[in-house]
Amino acid sequence: MAGKTLYDKLWDQHLVRQNDDGSALIYIDRQILHEVTSPQAFEGLRLANRKPWRIDANLATPDHNVPTTERSGGVELIVDPVSRIQVKTLDDNCDAFGIVEFKMNDTRQGIVHVVGPEQGMTLPGSTVVCGDSHTSTHGAFGALAHGIGTSEVEHVLATQCLIAKKMDNMLVRVDGQLGVGVTAKDVVLHIIGVIGTAGGNGSAIEFGGEAIRSISMEGRMTICNMAIEAGARVGIVAVDQTTIDYFKGRPFSPTESQWDAAAAAWKELVSDDDAEFNTVVVINAADIIPQVTWGTSPEMVVDVTATVPNPDKESDPTKADGIRRALKYMGLTADQKITDIQLDRVFIGSCTNSRIEDLRAAAAVVKGRKVASTIKQALVVPGSGLVKAQAEKEGLDKIFIEAGLEWREPGCSMCLAMNPDKLGNGEHCASTSNRNFEGRQGFGGRTHLVSPAMAAAAAVTGHFIDVRELMGY
Amino acid sequence: MKQFTLMTGMAAPLDRANVDTDMIIPKQFLKSIKRSGFGPNLFDELRYMDEGQPDQDCSGRPLNPDFVLNQARYQGASVLLARENFGCGSSREHAPWALDDFGIRCVIAPSFADIFYNNCFKNGLLPIILSDTQVDQLFEEVAATVGYQLMVDLEKQVVVTPSGIEMEFRVDSFRKHCLLHGLDDIGLTLGFADDIAAYELRRRQEAPWLFDAIK
Ligand code: SF4
Repeated sequence: MAGKTLYDKLWDQHLVRQNDDGSALIYIDRQILHEVTSPQAFEGLRLANRKPWRIDANLATPDHNVPTTERSGGVELIVDPVSRIQVKTLDDNCDAFGIVEFKMNDTRQGIVHVVGPEQGMTLPGSTVVCGDSHTSTHGAFGALAHGIGTSEVEHVLATQCLIAKKMDNMLVRVDGQLGVGVTAKDVVLHIIGVIGTAGGNGSAIEFGGEAIRSISMEGRMTICNMAIEAGARVGIVAVDQTTIDYFKGRPFSPTESQWDAAAAAWKELVSDDDAEFNTVVVINAADIIPQVTWGTSPEMVVDVTATVPNPDKESDPTKADGIRRALKYMGLTADQKITDIQLDRVFIGSCTNSRIEDLRAAAAVVKGRKVASTIKQALVVPGSGLVKAQAEKEGLDKIFIEAGLEWREPGCSMCLAMNPDKLGNGEHCASTSNRNFEGRQGFGGRTHLVSPAMAAAAAVTGHFIDVRELMGY
Repeated sequence: MKQFTLMTGMAAPLDRANVDTDMIIPKQFLKSIKRSGFGPNLFDELRYMDEGQPDQDCSGRPLNPDFVLNQARYQGASVLLARENFGCGSSREHAPWALDDFGIRCVIAPSFADIFYNNCFKNGLLPIILSDTQVDQLFEEVAATVGYQLMVDLEKQVVVTPSGIEMEFRVDSFRKHCLLHGLDDIGLTLGFADDIAAYELRRRQEAPWLFDAIK
């Protein structure tokens, strides 16, 4: 018999019941709640007169709607009345049910996918869900993590279980070493370019290979974060020493007396050598250089040195049509050089790239430089209050401000523009977020997804440039 | 959970691949704390010429005449015909809520994004996967006939065209069962409370660090 994949192991460890019809009940160790996808779930519980099954499996924090400008006045001073009600509703629900919440002005508040791991809430071998598709992020720690809808949020609150069906196993192996100036973001954008935005539908993707193993935990989170942009609800990376070290001393990590047993159990969280995958994709790390998306889907991505595609050269008519529509929306012309795209705004933040390492990478590029005069706004939005504090301790805030970027309070911000941070109609933005869909960052806004270093390079030059060239690597 | 058994309704064709959840219901409408009222903002950016705001009266907004659901011949459609990877993007259940609120009961496409597909069933909305050829055929027939109607029979797992052609589809038996009977799946799961408690007891021994840590 073939060995087990990491996903198989995580699934087996959480199986509560396998039903004859192929559906199964799996146990959920951790649920993270935020203001947008939880109100209807709490309301559902109340209507049915139900209680949460296990309070200590939940953690909440508001992130999508919160303002990122000065906000010491608290929730009452959120200008947008609908946002204010939503954030207050989360506070009220958590208070009523006794769920631990990091409220808006708590230093531990931040984007759900930054906060969970940072607190040691997400642990190797745990199952993690959240009413947000980028929950795949937590798979970086060898956890089984995926996004769920609001009905499922309610289901997990009430039962601590999820009705699920096992997915297929897919392995994306990145062999060799990454070049200097090439980051985790470039790796994942490149992967999505290769397998497409539906390439992982129905699968759990394990990211493996030498290149992945040499990437930090922050970088692995960036990669798993975007598994969903390749269609996979689940992205995972096997546990190694880097993973285990990450959890030492985090607030919700195993206690000292539990530590050795936990670490020993975590070491088992790797795919067996003889495990079989339904699909295997092999990528050569040396082929990856800094990436830029030009279109309205994350798969519409090319090397920074390349040109915008030409629909006339595409043989598949649906694809050619998609390219034409994207070019029109993005205001670009076929065969135009990526480095000729002029930008209006720059956004460094989101659950993809707002951790300390991302901010360090961006700061290294803007240090001693100035934001180009043609850039209307360049935002840096840390992923959590703790990331912000750490960055300030290292003086990164001063570097950003000195260069002409804005230094903000933590939240989702311009990643999806539910708060006041948004693009104007037709504006181009170099963004470190994960989605370049039409209107994602504001009505008519044009998003280009890049790494933090590439976004910083774009901020100081006003257009895309290969950061390796700018930095003389 | 809402029931779905059998329906006959007019089909409308949305001829574009990778329709994402931001397109189905843009983020500014996700600020609502309710489950209903999203219908007027379904496909907001494609449907209207201006930028929509939450709680706005949409009746006076300028419509985009090119958008399929605005065309006179598709008024009252309850079956949406779509292309591959429909519903990709976020986990927002507001997407099926908006489709349902608008009056769509069934979406037919060659493939769906996983989370969206799953969310549909929780809301009495049936997502049907047919082959590329079958979907192509339906697109052609819809375009050719004004008032084109499809019958969808979940019990028999078939879509029936006006000329009587039956197209079979697959659906997971648990989901089918819940949808046919409008079952409350939380209630069903709580029926296994003993299994859940037994699992927890065992798991507390194996991995005690996963309990009582978040306080
Ligand atoms: S940062 Fe963006 S992608 Fe991440 S949780 Fe917030 S809105 Fe979603």
